[in-house]
Amino acid sequence: MDLPVIWFVIIALLWLGYLFLEGFDFGVGMLLPVLGRDETERRVLINTIGPVWDGNEVWLLVAAGATFAAFPGWYASLFSAAYLPLLIVLLALIGRGVAFEYRGKVDSARWRRNWDRVIVIGSWVPALGIGLVLSTNVFGLPIDANGDRVGSAFSAFQWPALLGALAVAGFALVHGAVFLSLKTAGEIRARARALALRMAPVALLPLVLLLVLVQFGDGFTWTVAPIAVAIVAVVVALLRLRVGREGQAFAGLGVALAATVVTLFGALFPDVLPSTLDPAFSLTVDNASSSPYTLGVMSWVALFGTPAVLVYQGWTYWVFRKRIGTDHIPPVHVP
Amino acid sequence: MDVLDVARWQFGITTVYHFLMVPLTIGLSLLVAGMQTAWYRTGKPQYLKMTKFWGKLMLINFAMGVVTGIVQEFQFGMNWSAYSRFVGDVFGAPLAMEGLLAFFVESTFLGLWIFGWDRLSKRLHLASVWAFSLATMLSAYFILAANSWMQHPVGIELVDGRPQLNSIWALLSNSTVLAAFPHAIAGCFAVAGTFLVGIAAWHLARKHRDTAADDPDRKVWFASLRLGSWVGLVAFAAVAFTGDLQSKLMFEQQPMKMAAAEALCHTEQPAGFSVFAYGDVQRPDCENVKSITVPALLSFLANGDVDSEVKGVQQLVGEYKARYGENYPVDARLGELSGKPIDYVPNLPVTYWGFRLMIGFGAIAAAAAALALWLTRRGRVPRSRWFAPLALASIATPFLANSFGWIFTEMGRQPFVVAPNPTGVDGVWMYTAQAVSAGVTVSEALFSLVALTTVYGVLAVVEVFLLRRFVRAGVEGVMPPEPDSGAKPDSGDDVLAFAY
Ligand code: HDD
Ligand code: HEM
Ligand code: HEM
Repeated sequence: MDLPVIWFVIIALLWLGYLFLEGFDFGVGMLLPVLGRDETERRVLINTIGPVWDGNEVWLLVAAGATFAAFPGWYASLFSAAYLPLLIVLLALIGRGVAFEYRGKVDSARWRRNWDRVIVIGSWVPALGIGLVLSTNVFGLPIDANGDRVGSAFSAFQWPALLGALAVAGFALVHGAVFLSLKTAGEIRARARALALRMAPVALLPLVLLLVLVQFGDGFTWTVAPIAVAIVAVVVALLRLRVGREGQAFAGLGVALAATVVTLFGALFPDVLPSTLDPAFSLTVDNASSSPYTLGVMSWVALFGTPAVLVYQGWTYWVFRKRIGTDHIPPVHVP
Repeated sequence: MDVLDVARWQFGITTVYHFLMVPLTIGLSLLVAGMQTAWYRTGKPQYLKMTKFWGKLMLINFAMGVVTGIVQEFQFGMNWSAYSRFVGDVFGAPLAMEGLLAFFVESTFLGLWIFGWDRLSKRLHLASVWAFSLATMLSAYFILAANSWMQHPVGIELVDGRPQLNSIWALLSNSTVLAAFPHAIAGCFAVAGTFLVGIAAWHLARKHRDTAADDPDRKVWFASLRLGSWVGLVAFAAVAFTGDLQSKLMFEQQPMKMAAAEALCHTEQPAGFSVFAYGDVQRPDCENVKSITVPALLSFLANGDVDSEVKGVQQLVGEYKARYGENYPVDARLGELSGKPIDYVPNLPVTYWGFRLMIGFGAIAAAAAALALWLTRRGRVPRSRWFAPLALASIATPFLANSFGWIFTEMGRQPFVVAPNPTGVDGVWMYTAQAVSAGVTVSEALFSLVALTTVYGVLAVVEVFLLRRFVRAGVEGVMPPEPDSGAKPDSGDDVLAFAY
């Protein structure tokens, strides 16, 4: 394999890491008003992701940064062509990050209620928006020979991509509920599990439909295999959840997500961003990549950097492995 | 307004805004790590109190640093796609390295520090805050290396009209970043030092709520004030020293920026340093400009020699035209500028005054720190009524100095986004007008500018509101109601020592 292909795979892996990790913390944010019936319960929910959400978000930054370094043409064309959805994602992420940090800093019900709204919107919108942009990237954008978007500012909002938006948001919902059943104690845990089981058939449907659509549009024969894996993994995950094996269910969803990412990026390859105007304008792994020298430098950085990240992020999850329940939450103490 | 203007405004606003949070995080985090180390070593409660108090303010500020940083990372692709395509081979690498090597450490270890008070051993907990703090500096290094490359492109060759990286070491050891990094970091400590001085002075002067006696945590404020003043003073010395190094590099690398910093129209030998000008600085012919000048000082600053010649704007315009061309290329994507003459003169009032305001506001901060040291010599507590409000007000000055420093550096580079390196590979430069995204419409860009600026405005109000609340409450607001020693690491079903 040559370096551009390796970097295409690395970028797919970065997106997988991002969707897996931030997927559940988006889910927790989306479910805040549903599973958190009173203030203490809402604090339980937020504290399950408190120490880790920022580290999870860095996966997005690194996915973007790595695309910039390894495929400048891809980064430039995708980010400028999908301008509006990305801007909306940014605005939502700004609100969300500040909301986690600030909601508990003033002891007032109104203050918290307002920030809770920001958390809920700030979790739904980026999940939808990133699903939209990633699937648009597979279906293609109207870019010209320079890689610049021709036509409407709304060209990223086509209906197959809207399915992608629902797919990622639906996945995050279920993933978040399963995560909560794994990380909370007592009544919330039972409720989270019941909710995950109840909503899964509807919430995961867009994901399956997206995979089928991609298969018929851009798929190869081999991409049928990961699609089958994704569907089986989802079913197994739900069956394990039903018998109370939350950890296995969580892992099963991870497998399903991995298979989904393999399908999407597999269908995309060897393009990195297809042009809907003329296949000749499409950006490919070869014509959008950086020089071998840059890719070589980045490979060394990734070779040493990534294992270290996995170790200390994994260690963080180990340090905060305990389930949290309502009796672990300290009283509010702020000025 | 075209997309170029909007994108420039957006970059300026979002970056200067980001750089309000950045220096406070960088400076304060190291000071907090030092305070926690003092507590770890001595076990004295006042150091724990300092750690918790200043640590809390740092966290309130950090959240905003993170969310404004995400915008920076995305806007290169969104607004400056032609730039990203042109230089991505070189510029993307330090950005990706920053994410992988610094941001992951920063965010993960900060999470460990915030939530780890009862989950980690004291040692590991202390190590977390150090890891966090050092990672903020590492991230600063990578981004400044990226920015320095735009000021002075090195480590590249020209392949098919595009710069390609051929030495990452040359990029990371660019003489420009070797000077800019200590300068910017020293600027961060100027911010953190003055921040400590202002707030601690206010608490020292304040009567405590219930008893009308002095604040029971006087030791905390006194130690913070002394620490802050020393840090502020040393930082200013470092800023002046490294700034001088930067001037000398600028003289070689970006002579037009040097001339613009002085609004120096005609070549002079020896050249005087203008302290203050009045009249019309705008015009590159210097008609009507009067200036108070220190003879030969500019020659010395620029070249370490009171006799050297410093080229003026008018001579440089001729040289730039001869070397880099008279007119913009004919290209529809350049809009009105296509084929028009290139204006090589940066905005003179902005560069001239930006440079002076950077130094001036920094000097005020240093004066405040020196005064605070003098007034608290040998354990004295300043009693005068004007000291506290003045100290509080001085908090703003190093923030302003930093903003003006950036505005000067970036505006002085215009019309280039990648400035040509006079001794480097020929043909590597890019005009700002060519850098902007061609496919993006004005309405999209305007919507983005308005939306982001509005959100920033609202969040600024919220952040200042919260900071004020926690500052007023003092140590009480951040210490747990009962002594902290109760919780043992990893004991059964304990209540979390820290939770959102
Ligand atoms: C001299 C230092 C410096 C400079 C010039 C910049 N930043 Fe910054 N940035 C930091 C120093 C920093 C920091 C201290 O590391 C921050 C501030 C608060 C924080 O969380 O980390 C940060 C945060 C931060 C984040 C969020 C990281 C996270 O989630 O933890 C991103 C994505 C960026 N920055 C990106 C940028 C870009 C693309 C810049 C250039 C245009 C930029 N920053 C200028
Ligand atoms: C934190 C570091 C930085 C600060 C504080 C900063 C500051 C500024 C300011 C104040 C402007 C406005 C100038 C104007 O409107 O003319 C500007 C413009 C700009 N800067 Fe920087 N900058 C920083 C880093 C960077 C980096 C790393 C890049 C890398 C691409 C960059 C690229 C640009 C671009 C493309 C513009 C718009 C064009 C222009 O008007 O100059 N800046 N920056
Ligand atoms: C005697 C005092 C100072 C001198 C001689 C000085 C000199 C300089 C010079 C020459 C530059 C431009 C570098 C370039 O564009 O190539 C610069 C940039 C800058 N200055 Fe200063 N400066 C001084 C004080 C300060 C102070 C007090 C602060 C903030 C507290 C500050 C913050 C900055 C920042 C943030 C930049 C832009 C980033 C960079 O290029 O490093 N400076 N300074």
